Amino acid sequence: MIANLFWPTTTLVAIFFLRHRQIDGTQLPLGALVLPGVLGMFVALGILLIVQQLTADREDGTLLRAKAIPDGIRGYLIGKLVTVSATVLAYLAILLAGGAPIISSFHLGDISWPTLTWVLLLGLVATQSVGAMLGSLITSSRGAGILSVPILALIAISGIFYPITALPTWLQWLGQTFPIYWLGLGMRSALLPDAVSAVEIDGSWRHLETVAMLGAWATIGLIVAPLLLRRMSRRESGSRVAERRDRTLQRVG
Amino acid sequence: MNSELVTGGDVVLDVDGLRMRYGTRDVLHDVTFQARRGEVLALLGPNGAGKTTTIEILEGFRSRSAGRVSVLGTDPARSDERWRARVGIVLQSWRDHGKWRVRELLAHFGGYFTRYSTATIRRPMDPDQLVAAVGLTGQADQQIRTLSGGQRRRLDVAVGIVGRPELLFLDEPTVGFDPAARYEFHDLVRRLATDYQTTILLTTHDLEEADRLAHRIVILNGGRIVADGTAGELAHRIAGRDEVRWTFDGQRFTQSTEQSQSTGFVFELFRKHGHAITDLEVRRPSLEDAYLALVRQTELTRATQ
Repeated sequence: MIANLFWPTTTLVAIFFLRHRQIDGTQLPLGALVLPGVLGMFVALGILLIVQQLTADREDGTLLRAKAIPDGIRGYLIGKLVTVSATVLAYLAILLAGGAPIISSFHLGDISWPTLTWVLLLGLVATQSVGAMLGSLITSSRGAGILSVPILALIAISGIFYPITALPTWLQWLGQTFPIYWLGLGMRSALLPDAVSAVEIDGSWRHLETVAMLGAWATIGLIVAPLLLRRMSRRESGSRVAERRDRTLQRVG
Repeated sequence: MNSELVTGGDVVLDVDGLRMRYGTRDVLHDVTFQARRGEVLALLGPNGAGKTTTIEILEGFRSRSAGRVSVLGTDPARSDERWRARVGIVLQSWRDHGKWRVRELLAHFGGYFTRYSTATIRRPMDPDQLVAAVGLTGQADQQIRTLSGGQRRRLDVAVGIVGRPELLFLDEPTVGFDPAARYEFHDLVRRLATDYQTTILLTTHDLEEADRLAHRIVILNGGRIVADGTAGELAHRIAGRDEVRWTFDGQRFTQSTEQSQSTGFVFELFRKHGHAITDLEVRRPSLEDAYLALVRQTELTRATQ
């Protein structure tokens, strides 16, 4: 529980210190821009959550247990998606409830709930199916830890803490390839007044592009993840779990 | 099904000419054995003999290179969820679901079996009954990570039998048990076999356990089956002769005899000396003698090849 609260709390502290800063050349408070972007980022962190749980569950035998029970793998995956989605939504609720009072120009009444809903839905499907893909390929919890490095790097070039337009063009293109940028953008479009879109690329919320990019990631994930998950669970057996346990013990010892 | 007609309805496990090859190395050569309904079969052998590979093929967790395998009338490599519901698995490496409570977990996993319940086999087992059967009533509401090693293994057994399996795989089930827990566990296994007609395939390094529990013993060494029979049969066929020991006139004697002649020999002894014979002992060769003799023998043949 304390570990779960660590990241949203840290983020809120960061937003607190950003509350009076303004974006260069505008009257916009940076904090108002960062809060929605951070919500998008936490949806994207669902990727890491899924990867961590998949690798941990392979190490302690949870996945093998599911495999030994009829319809167990299906039940296991549904359970995972439900818990990770619930965790992500809880993060968002904490951030929204804690962040809104800090930033004076931010009003919960301005939120466009329909936009928020479709961004969230597409975002959850895209990030969790991508997470499941990565989780099937990464075999150790150590690998899951290493994965957080490129993800943090991606966050840095995804316009979450500062408008992406401040970056060199090639980095902007790179950032726009991945779902984190589009989640941030979608969240800003749902939570901020339309006039704010002036600081974005093309001065627009680019809803069509957001749907297309998140939709593309979701489609890739939904097609590839089941194949990889099936391959992964097919290879699971008692001796593999034992092997991994021995490797982990060796590392610790 | 077809295979049931071929093998007879009572054969639950039918392995014929099973081979397994990793790259250029054969780890199983022509493994053949059967198990009947309600039979407890112990699979013994040194580490690396191929026990785990064999069991994982039968569990449907590993594909084989060649040979015919039928488990409950179905090839495990092409099994479905209905077949999965009829098989129970207990492994030694599980450390999962630490935050769940014992009874809660059994009820949860039991739920998966409800749709596979049949008129003759009601699935799943009642969680309270199950908790009692494995002797965890006192821990029913305890978190799983707080259980001792022996309790944890008994919980694994409970999860393994929650769906009333017709066939149960037990992989070294009593490692780390204290003698009392081991005794209770053996009792549980015997009850499963007699009361529910569950067929049990057990691997163990504890020869006394195999001797006590198993109706039949299969010994695997270097990927081949080197013995298949009851503990008594194996002991006599492989380790051979009985040993008779007695004291007469303050002196200790030992005589090795053929199994069929031991009783006659002792009778003669008494007829000659009567009450003067004390400390009489007839020692039959144990499964352990047989096992060690066999493993040594195969090591020797391999060394000379």
